[in-house]
Amino acid sequence: MSDITKQSLTELVENIKNKKLSSTDVTKAFIDRSEKSEELNTYITNDFTSAIDKAKKFDQKPNLDLKLPGIPMAVKDLFCTKNIKTTAGSKILNNFIPTYESTVTENIWNEGAILLGKLNCDEFAMGSSNETSFFGNVQNPINKNLVPGGSSGGSASAVAGQLTPITIGTDTGGSIRQPASFTGIVGLKPTYGSCSRYGIVAFASSLDQAGPMAQNVKDCALLHEVISSYDPKDSTSIDFKRNHFSKELTNNIKGKKIGIPKEYRVDGMPKEIEDLWQKGIHYIKDCGAETIDISLPNTSYALPTYYIVAPAEASSNLARYDGVKYGFRAKGENLIDMYEKTRSEGFGAEVQRRIMIGTYVLSSGYYDAYYLKAQKVRKLIKNDFDNVYKKVDAILTPSTPSSAFKIGEKTNDPVSMYLNDIFTVPVNLAGLPAISIPAGHDSNGYPLGLQIIGKAFDEQNILNIAYAMEEKINFKNKITDWWIK
Amino acid sequence: MSIDLKTIKHISKLARISVDEQRAEKLAGDLNSIFDFIEKLNELKTDNVEPLTSISETTLKLRSDEVKSKNIRKQIIKNSPQDNEDYFVVPKVIE
Repeated sequence: MSDITKQSLTELVENIKNKKLSSTDVTKAFIDRSEKSEELNTYITNDFTSAIDKAKKFDQKPNLDLKLPGIPMAVKDLFCTKNIKTTAGSKILNNFIPTYESTVTENIWNEGAILLGKLNCDEFAMGSSNETSFFGNVQNPINKNLVPGGSSGGSASAVAGQLTPITIGTDTGGSIRQPASFTGIVGLKPTYGSCSRYGIVAFASSLDQAGPMAQNVKDCALLHEVISSYDPKDSTSIDFKRNHFSKELTNNIKGKKIGIPKEYRVDGMPKEIEDLWQKGIHYIKDCGAETIDISLPNTSYALPTYYIVAPAEASSNLARYDGVKYGFRAKGENLIDMYEKTRSEGFGAEVQRRIMIGTYVLSSGYYDAYYLKAQKVRKLIKNDFDNVYKKVDAILTPSTPSSAFKIGEKTNDPVSMYLNDIFTVPVNLAGLPAISIPAGHDSNGYPLGLQIIGKAFDEQNILNIAYAMEEKINFKNKITDWWIK
Repeated sequence: MSIDLKTIKHISKLARISVDEQRAEKLAGDLNSIFDFIEKLNELKTDNVEPLTSISETTLKLRSDEVKSKNIRKQIIKNSPQDNEDYFVVPKVIE
């Protein structure tokens, strides 16, 4: 059964529809491999026993008209799943059992998929290496002691390591695209408002978006079509006609104009990344599209802006964790003492750091100098994109300024960790869609990704460009199963 | 700009996170290096720029205020670290 887990989502769906495979076969194969993969530390909670029951039930009366018929999958532990523990990678939610289901996961189960379990992530999605999780590091299947990226590190590892055929992550500043790039898979951050945020543990509400992660572009398109929906339960969900992304997927991108922003050529960027970018430009031209040099002049202000806006929103969102209604509670001498000790013992160092930054920039006397300033710069960054989109259909950049780094390499220097997201953060600030696709390897054989940024609600276009490029790149992920004994 | 220990204590009070001396010093170091990095924004003149307060250009939709989840009190209370079946319990606030 070992080859089942090597199949793409598209192949699995076809094989289940043609009755060559049952949902039980597929579910058992992914559970078996997941059980042998404990060393990767991808799962926080598994639901294997009920997954097999659900698969058997599906096989008794299979509904083959569904988009994900009997397909098992694990999801990031930031999505609330009814009656199944949801931790957000934090001690403070270690015993939290949601009474409701997030809209995106609900959409997935409604199309026939089966939950395998909840995947590890940085605490409250704050991190770029999965090292801030209360549940420990996640290993990158590419190599031992290599971070998988973050915050959707468990999700990226689980797809690259073939423990789940597909998954969903969330992306606030790069948390889908950066780990996708570090593990050699495809990850899409949709337009803000495309996927409902209802039932997703909130980090920074004006930036958070859920999105698909998969082995290839077509699988990613299919999963995106399932999760993207208008939802009255999320007041920022946008009501627009959504495409059948997988059906309308085409590799014909002739005549498309792709912008190459000069500001993404940053100081100290390794030559390998520059070479990869040039290779990407070559592939774009090879596909019959045209590249145009563009300028996004405020790019270098995106990260400082992000590190005001995101912590400010986080400090407000995380005020709810007070040890009263749910989650961890520490003993205190009085109510205030209980609050302060609960939050001090329940949150990890990075989360506390960000709450402190957020509290400071929102505090009396500093609001104008920091928060208001950041909102103004955010406007300038969005204007940059609006201006170039008068001339181009999409933008091509590297996904990250380096390949995956070693566990522990950047934990003592928050700013060097933050710099990982230099190419992904502007997209969140402007609310745009962007996809990371694997495009090559560095000298160590570690994967490198390219990012295609689109206009708002133009996911189909970037998926098409990614699809056309994927065919030319013909990337093969180097997974040796080193962790399987 | 420099964030001193007194400011760290003040912010930790506002954030309701208790911080001991050792942690306060580490936080002061971290926050100072992060704010050094953030100061870059002062290079930009933004006097005439409108702040971006919402990324979606649509106005928020109104909906009727209806109860959708009924009879879930028990389940909700179950998640509480301390309760007496009907209420959340907190340390005594009135002497």
